[in-house]
Amino acid sequence: MSDEDEIILKDLNDADLVDQMKDDLYDGLADEVFEGVEILLERGWDANLVLSDALVEGMRIVGVDFRDGILFVPEVLQCAGAMKKGMGLLRPILAQSSTKSSTGKFVIGTVKGDIHDIGKNLVGMMLEGAGFEVIDLGINNPVENYLEAIDKHRPNVLGMSALLTTTMPYMGVVIEELDKRGILKELPVMVGGAPLNQEFADAINATSYGRDAAMSAELAKTLVGKNM
Amino acid sequence: MAQHLLAEQNVMSNKRRQRRCLVVACGALAKEIVALRSQLALARSGSVSGPGALGSGEEVMTLQCLPAGFHNTPGKIAPAVEEILRDCAHEFDSVFVAYGECGTGGALDDVLKRYGASRMTGAHCYEFYAGGDLYEQIIEEQIGSFFLTDYLVKNFDRLIITGLGLDRFPHLRDDYFGNYTQLVYLSQTKDAALLQKAFGAADRLGLELRHIHVGYGGLASELEAVTKAVAKAAPGKIAPSPQSIEQLHVRG
Repeated sequence: MSDEDEIILKDLNDADLVDQMKDDLYDGLADEVFEGVEILLERGWDANLVLSDALVEGMRIVGVDFRDGILFVPEVLQCAGAMKKGMGLLRPILAQSSTKSSTGKFVIGTVKGDIHDIGKNLVGMMLEGAGFEVIDLGINNPVENYLEAIDKHRPNVLGMSALLTTTMPYMGVVIEELDKRGILKELPVMVGGAPLNQEFADAINATSYGRDAAMSAELAKTLVGKNM
Repeated sequence: MAQHLLAEQNVMSNKRRQRRCLVVACGALAKEIVALRSQLALARSGSVSGPGALGSGEEVMTLQCLPAGFHNTPGKIAPAVEEILRDCAHEFDSVFVAYGECGTGGALDDVLKRYGASRMTGAHCYEFYAGGDLYEQIIEEQIGSFFLTDYLVKNFDRLIITGLGLDRFPHLRDDYFGNYTQLVYLSQTKDAALLQKAFGAADRLGLELRHIHVGYGGLASELEAVTKAVAKAAPGKIAPSPQSIEQLHVRG
C-alpha cells in the first residue's frame, strides 16, 4: 500500500473510525485497534461504548465468519490479540468508572483431564466485553475447583469447556454433583468446546450450549436477564 | 457389447469367490496400513488356500484414505467417511474404519452404527499406537503431553506449523502450546532421521522430547483381526451392488 492510500485514523469521523476499527480488528491489527481506542477516548467516548460498539461488535463479526468457515483459528487468535490490546487500555478505566455496571459474575474453566484453553479464553474475553466479571479457573479443573469457586464467588453463571471427546463427559460429572448439592436449581451452567453439540449439552443436563464465543456471551446475558 | 457384459460378469463372479473388506482410513495411517496389509498377506499366503485365502493383500483389503489434514478439522471426518460408506460399503463383506474417535464428538460412531462398521479402539491414533495402558500412563505422568507419530513428524511443517498458522503468526505458539510440557514421539519405525526431525519439532514448540518406540501397536492387531474375520467367513455371499446390476442391464 502506498503512503497515499494509508488511512489516518485521527482524520476519520467517529462513525468511520469505529468501522475502521472493526476492520482492523478483523485483520488482527493490534496496534491500529489500540490507536483507535486511544482516539475515541481522547474524543470523550465512554469506555463502555468503545468496548461494545467497536471491540465487541468487531469480535462478533469475527465470530460469525469463524462459524461460517471464512476465518480459521489462527486468524481468530490474531483478532483476539487485537481486541486484547484494545481492552488493555480500557480495563483500568472500566474498573474505576462510576458508570461501571457488572452484567454478572461468570466462573469459567476447562474440565479435568483437559489442558486446552483457546476457546475458553475467547469466551472469557467476550464475556468481559459483555460486562461480566470473569473468574477464570484455568485448565484441568476437578469438580472440587468448581465447587470452591461457586462457594467463594457466588457467580450468576458457571461455564465449562473441553476440547477432547475423552474429557467432555466430565462436564456431566460436575453437573451431577451440582444437582446433588441443590446448586443446579439456582445456577445456570453453560458448556462449550469443539466436539460438543446441543444434543450432548441436553444429555448432561446443562442449561445451555455455547456454540462459539460471541454466542456464548449473548446466551450468558440472556441467562442473567440482561439481554432483553 | 456382449464382451463388456462377460467382463462385468467375470468381475462379479470373482467378487463372489473372494471375500473382501474395505478399510477407510485417515491418510496419516496409509503407509502403515499398506505395510501391514503386505505383512499380513505374506504371513498367511502359504498357510491358507482356497476361497478366502489372502493373496497380495489388495484382493482382500481395499484401502481408501481421507486427507490427513482432517486431523485439524475433525468435524469433516464423519461426513467424509459416510460419503465413502454410502458409495461403496455395499460392495464389501465388512467395513473397518481406521480412525479413533478423533474428536468427532460421537458423530463418527453414529455413522458407523448406521453402516454396521467398526473402528479402531481409542480416542486417537496415538492411543492405539501406544496401547491404552501406556497412553494412560504418559498422560497420568504429564497431562501436558503433545503426541507425534512417524507421519506427524514427517509432515510436522505442513500439519502443525502451517496447519495452525504458525508460519504466518509464529507468536501464536504459546497460545497453542503454552500448556504443554513435553512432546512425545511415538515412533512406528526406527529411523534416525525422523528422530532428529522430532527433536527439531520439539525445539520449535519449546518442549522437551520424549521418544518411545511403539511400532504399529493396536493398528497391527486390529487389522489382523479384520483380515482373519474376512478370511474365515463363509465365501460367496456378496450381492452385487444395485449400481452394478443396473450397469449390467443397460449394457445387456
